[in-house]
Amino acid sequence: MSEQNKPKLKLAVYWGAACGGCCVSVLDVHEKLFDVVAAADLVFWPIALDIKYKDVEAMPDGHIDVTLFNGSVRNSENHHMAKLLRDKTKILVAYGSCSHMGGIPGLGNFSSRKEIFNRVYHDTETTVNPERIEPKEKYSVAEGELSLPEFYNDVRTLDQVVDVDYYLPGCPPQTERLVEVFMAIVTGAELPPTGSVIGALEKSQCDECERKKTDNKLIKEFKRPWEIIDDGETCFLEQGVICMGPATRGGCGYRCINGNAPCKGCYGPPADAPDPGAKMMSAIGTMIDSNDEAEIEKIVDGIVDPAGTFYRYSLPKAIIRRKLTTIKEN
Amino acid sequence: MEFEPKIVAFLCNWCSYTGADLAGTSRMKYPANIKIIRIMCSGRIGPTFVLKAFREGADGVMICGCHPGDCHYHEGNYKCLRRYKLIQKYIQQMGIEQDRLRLSWISASEGKQFAELAQSMTEVIRELGPCDIKSVMETFA
Repeated sequence: MSEQNKPKLKLAVYWGAACGGCCVSVLDVHEKLFDVVAAADLVFWPIALDIKYKDVEAMPDGHIDVTLFNGSVRNSENHHMAKLLRDKTKILVAYGSCSHMGGIPGLGNFSSRKEIFNRVYHDTETTVNPERIEPKEKYSVAEGELSLPEFYNDVRTLDQVVDVDYYLPGCPPQTERLVEVFMAIVTGAELPPTGSVIGALEKSQCDECERKKTDNKLIKEFKRPWEIIDDGETCFLEQGVICMGPATRGGCGYRCINGNAPCKGCYGPPADAPDPGAKMMSAIGTMIDSNDEAEIEKIVDGIVDPAGTFYRYSLPKAIIRRKLTTIKEN
Repeated sequence: MEFEPKIVAFLCNWCSYTGADLAGTSRMKYPANIKIIRIMCSGRIGPTFVLKAFREGADGVMICGCHPGDCHYHEGNYKCLRRYKLIQKYIQQMGIEQDRLRLSWISASEGKQFAELAQSMTEVIRELGPCDIKSVMETFA
């Protein structure tokens, strides 16, 4: 009886600019979901429950114990919900690469809002839009005024719009890590200081990667993954394929590398390297096996898209958070 | 008010800083736009240094090291050269003009060359105008 009367944790999951994969990773707890619902009430979760924004707005401040916020902040709706959930939540967790560092939607910072609208509503090969119609934030019809969220010029991470208590990285985070973190909260274990990255290691991928590697990596030519026949056991970088391991936190279980694909960097940089791209450029500079200027240029040319490769998941969080020239168009 | 470029120069301790020092002790004139930061070796310059300099409002960044083959630590300047090529490619993708970042080799005896380099870099940046990274990043949050 007393066990049943024990107040349950109130848990919310919300998505900003996200693909839905993070929500699915929460569902991936499978039968452990019964343990979760035994310990917690899900009070808000758009992918699974029909609870409206106005219901959240009606909650008192600090009503929700834990919110897993996945997705970056792309538009005013994401922004509004981030602020709302911050007010209503005791522990706000940036869940997944997008809310942690911008993620894949963060690559939108290579373009401006205008460029994106031009491409999407006018220039794509399959678009027929002779009247050049674009979505408006407000539109009056006979029944009243219709509105759409404002599409921002920049993609932001969650901590660029509200205070964040913890970061749980990954694209998506490994479900086992989520269960560990959740159980720690439920059992009342001592939580790390706010602002910590949880559910991941402090050190880089390379520290625990089991592929064969030498200390002195030398690269004569960079290759795309499809250009090599991977031997399944040598370090990807030593085979000439860019692997983000040196600039990425461990803790994901090395699923990509175990699946014979190089690391893409979704777990974000380790604690001592805040900017993954800078760390990666630094590391690769050491590996290029040439002292001849022309040859170095040729080798560097083999890295087709350095900005997109090194900041695939982290552009809005990088030192240089967006492409520059594009902003002048606004 | 006329635009005065802010240029951050990372100079290696052994050759280039001594070279800049020689320019000073020889009473050569060069623009005061160059703000020198001494580091032990050009190989110590991580991309973070360069990107942070731009982010904090530098209009140009200069890296100077020992001539190839002369590095006090054997090959630090080669590592710098490789990183420089990579950073050049990256900043271009980010919409920063390549001329805003320059790598030059200055030996301890090349005070004159340093003064000329400082002069020409300042002129190039003056021509390019202010780098608006700082303001773009500020409008962000």
